[in-house]
Amino acid sequence: MNPWNHDVAKDEKDLIDVQVDGVWMQMPRGLNVVEVAHRSKKFIPHYCYHPKLSVVGNCRMCLFEMGTPKMGPDRKPILGPDGKPEIAWMPRPQIGCATGVTPGMGIRTDSALVKDCRNGVMEFLLINHPLDCTICDQAGECKLQEYSVEYGTGESRFVENKVKKPKNVDLGERIVLDDERCILCSRCIRFSSEVGKEDVLGFVNRGSHSTLTAYPGKRFDHPYSLNTVDICPVGALTSKDFRFQMRVWFLKESKSLCTSCGTGCNITVGSREGKVHRLTPRENEAVNSQWMCDFGRLNFHYLDSKDRLTRPLLQAAGQQFPGTWADAIQRAAEGLKKVKPEEMAVVASARLTNEELFVLKRLLAELGVTRVDGVQNLGQADSFLRSGDGNPNSRGAELLGLSSGGRKFSGWGEEIVSGKIRGLFVLGGENVIPAGISASALAKLEVLIVSGILQNETTRAAHVVLPAAASAEKTGSMVNVHGRLQRMTRAVAGPGEAREDWMILRDLREACTGGNSLHSVEDVWKAMSMEVPAFTGMSWAKIGDLGVQLESSAQAVPSITS
Amino acid sequence: MAISEQRLIFKHIDAPGYTRDMECYLKHGGYEMLKKGLAMGPSAIRDEVKKSQLRGRGGAGFPTGTKWSFIDPSKATKPIYLICNADESEPGTFKDRQIIYKDPHQLLEGMILSCFANGVKLAYLYIRCEFTFGHKVLEKAIQEAKAAGFLGKNILKSGYDLEIYVHRGAGAYICGEETGLIESLEGKRAYPRIKPPYFPAVLGLYMSPTIVNNVETLCNVKHIVEMGGDAYAKIGRPNNTGTRLLCVSGDVVKPGYYEFPCGGITLGQLIYGVCGGIRNGRRLKAVIPGGSSAKVLRAGEVFKVKEKDAQGNMVDREVKLEDLRMDFDSLAAAGSMAGSGGVIVMDDTRDMVECLANISTFYAHESCGQCTPCREGVLWLKKILARIAEGHGRDSDPGLLKDVADRIAGRTICAFGEAAAWPVQSFIGKFKEEIQLRIRRNGTAAKRDTISLTH
Repeated sequence: MNPWNHDVAKDEKDLIDVQVDGVWMQMPRGLNVVEVAHRSKKFIPHYCYHPKLSVVGNCRMCLFEMGTPKMGPDRKPILGPDGKPEIAWMPRPQIGCATGVTPGMGIRTDSALVKDCRNGVMEFLLINHPLDCTICDQAGECKLQEYSVEYGTGESRFVENKVKKPKNVDLGERIVLDDERCILCSRCIRFSSEVGKEDVLGFVNRGSHSTLTAYPGKRFDHPYSLNTVDICPVGALTSKDFRFQMRVWFLKESKSLCTSCGTGCNITVGSREGKVHRLTPRENEAVNSQWMCDFGRLNFHYLDSKDRLTRPLLQAAGQQFPGTWADAIQRAAEGLKKVKPEEMAVVASARLTNEELFVLKRLLAELGVTRVDGVQNLGQADSFLRSGDGNPNSRGAELLGLSSGGRKFSGWGEEIVSGKIRGLFVLGGENVIPAGISASALAKLEVLIVSGILQNETTRAAHVVLPAAASAEKTGSMVNVHGRLQRMTRAVAGPGEAREDWMILRDLREACTGGNSLHSVEDVWKAMSMEVPAFTGMSWAKIGDLGVQLESSAQAVPSITS
Repeated sequence: MAISEQRLIFKHIDAPGYTRDMECYLKHGGYEMLKKGLAMGPSAIRDEVKKSQLRGRGGAGFPTGTKWSFIDPSKATKPIYLICNADESEPGTFKDRQIIYKDPHQLLEGMILSCFANGVKLAYLYIRCEFTFGHKVLEKAIQEAKAAGFLGKNILKSGYDLEIYVHRGAGAYICGEETGLIESLEGKRAYPRIKPPYFPAVLGLYMSPTIVNNVETLCNVKHIVEMGGDAYAKIGRPNNTGTRLLCVSGDVVKPGYYEFPCGGITLGQLIYGVCGGIRNGRRLKAVIPGGSSAKVLRAGEVFKVKEKDAQGNMVDREVKLEDLRMDFDSLAAAGSMAGSGGVIVMDDTRDMVECLANISTFYAHESCGQCTPCREGVLWLKKILARIAEGHGRDSDPGLLKDVADRIAGRTICAFGEAAAWPVQSFIGKFKEEIQLRIRRNGTAAKRDTISLTH
């Protein structure tokens, strides 16, 4: 998946002396100058260079002034008074992306020549650019804009007509291309070829008329195509889903996880005023590098679905009526106690967070209920990021001892029919009918409590419906299929009266047993880390933004191995 | 002023009765040097080439022996390739095609010798797309050579195998840039590669060590084998050895292709002697000495050239344009280059704006578009020049042209940036008054913000 990783040196311990803007420092041998500058708290602007793609050196924005040690007649470097090599500067600027550092190398990132190079490239890139920032979705996160401020002149000397190119090109299922905005950096071409393993994009025509296009007869429908929108430094590639929806500078960014499968790609949720507008991948080399699949990325529109459960529902005389949370919790608690613990079954969904599952575990222990399992949700595995496990927290549910991955659950339908199970508590928005419990079996239950997100056949059959928060609406942790414990933070509040499951379960415990000491997610975490062996010694802060590997990965992580 | 040619490469070109068949070539001593070379052995040939001080004839003038020395056949872990660059497309240059069309076996013999010298088992002859007939000529010559045992398996029973494939170019000027050529040969767009790391000698064709030599250069190898490197080095001048093919075009009485010892003739002798002077009794105005990308020289210019005197001391000497020697070092000292040997002569009727606009139109059309300064800058140059030519110039244009050209040269992936920038820099530098006059005459120019110049 990461054929290059230019931001990591071959040997991070093999350090050599290099001079960056007059200051000598130690850097790993061979690391490219863009990365060296970055590590030196300098910045070399670039468009085409991307640490996870091959180096092509076409934008020329990373030109820098390079020097090598002056050699004496003995072919050894001539040392200056500071004991460091004297540097002979080359008149011709070099590209930082394709230049690895060697001992005694001199790097100037802000000399007059370098400034003139950047200024020149900026002017060249803008002369044929449409300058339609007012209606461009990239505005606010556009490298042309950013670098114009830093390195441009703020005026144009170009009085000729601009080159005309195709606009509003339907490049694929999810992507629109504006060729006039394109700066021909070829990042998208390299992504689809090198990461996506599909050659589908290329340039046609020559010179200033060079045009990005899909191969004849092909469309850019790759399941990871939207990553090119992220890495496009300008507004050439835009997402059909996001374009014209929201100015990016209004978006609140929350660090979270994709919950569309068991991989747990790290994401940033972009939201404004309680509405999620987009998901973008958040770099984590141990999980998803800088990528995510299009399916996961676009799987958030259900958050504002008209089928969202926004109020507790209580069944009376065969019909569901909206009720208050107090009534709903009361009714649910009564239901849980109505049948004997051994007649109760609980679907502990692997879509819940560890914290939610933990509170559930306590509740069930207090009630004496032992018949608990998750539901298997099959995902569509690919050879890249997507896992065959459609549940985001199967491993967490297993570690908490609440799930056997659906093996026990598969027998419940019969047990309901035979009368062994008289009460069912379904969590995590699972729809148990497609999972194997018939509608007639559900109808036979004396108690059916459902905590869910969207209305479905199961919620419609419930005696008590508890509206729950979806993944972008809650804070908690999950363990991915590779055994990595990761955090998600709430981006938006749930709609209406929907609540996070750990709060629902906390209130249920209080109603059932009268006791509770868990007032925040952090409290839950603290208690859990003391009780669950797998989480021992782990603190909320320690998990950090990038997670912690709990166990050696049972499955190969494609992002690391290939 | 009767300067006689010294024809080495062109010895038989246009000679009465000389044909491109192998039979004719053999009658004139063809493939004898192959026999000699095979007997000498590879390293002996490389030594002779080094001694000859032969410099590449494609344009850059890089020493051939040095280029070959970057490759060590004894240490190569991958196949070594040799590519003959027959993509001759620099405007004003028409020498290689004479060899290909009229004496193809000379090229093959030189190429086979060069391959043998460098342990090459597979070579490509990348021929300019537009040379459709040349392609057929070469294919036939290769068949003839193979049938006669000069090419293919076990050449002349020496145990040496070599295959040469002719590959037709992709129809773009950039295909002649050596790494662009390699990409094109690999079936891709001819985008020149970044160097480092993709030096042909290390990561060339199919990421293997590769030698790319021009047609004329490879032909010279045959003659170096024939006369020996030392004898060859006596032709021409030190560091500018051998003969040079010159293609003269433009406003001279007798344009054409000629061959002289390198530096054995001055620019004045070439124009006024060999080529019969300026046409229609006009006067010389300017000359581009090494293909359209070389910097222009102005009539009446005097150059300060550093030279060694009889005692071997470096001295400054003033040299008039007419007295410039037609060799690598002299033309470089005059601020231009010998380049590809294309001498373009302009008389005093020529409008320098039109001339430069014409050159820039070519480069704008041929920029491959890979890297920013060339892609955007060269078309910009063309548009400014076209605007001036159409009578809409602005006072700021000469300065702008120079500034744009300065921001292209030295900042691009390949030498195309220089090729496109040098004409502009030199025309603006040397004919600024004329261009300014042209702009001032168009009167209303500055009032207009944009004009409708379509490309």
